[in-house]
Amino acid sequence: MHHVPLSWYLILSAILFALGIAGFIYRKNIITVFMSIELMLNAVNLSFVAFAYQLRQVDGQIYAFFVMVVAAAEAAVGLAIILTVFKNRKTLQIDEIDSMKL
Amino acid sequence: MDTILFFIFAIIAVVCGLNLVLQKHPISSALSLIGVMGSLAVLYLMLGAEFLAAAQVIVYAGAIMVLFVFVIMLLNAGSEKPGGKSWFAQIAGIPLLLAFIAVMGFVIETFLPALRSVRFGSFAGGTAREIGRVLFTEYLLPFEVTSVLILIAILGAVVLARKEID
Repeated sequence: MHHVPLSWYLILSAILFALGIAGFIYRKNIITVFMSIELMLNAVNLSFVAFAYQLRQVDGQIYAFFVMVVAAAEAAVGLAIILTVFKNRKTLQIDEIDSMKL
Repeated sequence: MDTILFFIFAIIAVVCGLNLVLQKHPISSALSLIGVMGSLAVLYLMLGAEFLAAAQVIVYAGAIMVLFVFVIMLLNAGSEKPGGKSWFAQIAGIPLLLAFIAVMGFVIETFLPALRSVRFGSFAGGTAREIGRVLFTEYLLPFEVTSVLILIAILGAVVLARKEID
């Protein structure tokens, strides 16, 4: 077999997304939680590119490009928020940052 | 050849993703995330997205991950403390994740008719020329709005991270 079915790419994307969810829920370090979000964004980008290949249109890749740009902006703001939280609380454990919890 | 390359880089991506979730130290997680992004860049290249593969390496694996590693070093983030996990996540977490992957696989294999098989080089629409043409004609307004978004993000990051001057 010389050709890879496109569905394998989509299943790989689903697996990476599931790993991102697992990291988001299981991890207690706020930076690692943030990195899990980046992993989920990457998984979705792979789906976009795979569907761009399927439909032979470049639009899906443009969407993936926009996701990339928004992820860069989100990383800058998110890491600034993490810096501020660490400056005020002296901790990165999300268990200890719970003042908005009921 | 395509199959071998796909399997090599898919396995690298999944192993690095698992490593991201399982490692205790954030710097190990960041390095595994760089591994995921690098192998995804190769997969983009195989799907004919040359420009995105380059942008993935430069923007994601380069700029964003340098930012992450920089913050980890700056905050001197150590290993995370264990404990505090809910009983529901401990019992049902892994079965639910496997069920999610199984359902997605079923949906992909059943409800998506006539998916193509991927052959390297059969779709060359993702060149910088084609991306640029579409980006600056059809998607000109979203592109300009994105530039405003980036400007707002820069201002927000500066305001959040600055020192209070009294």
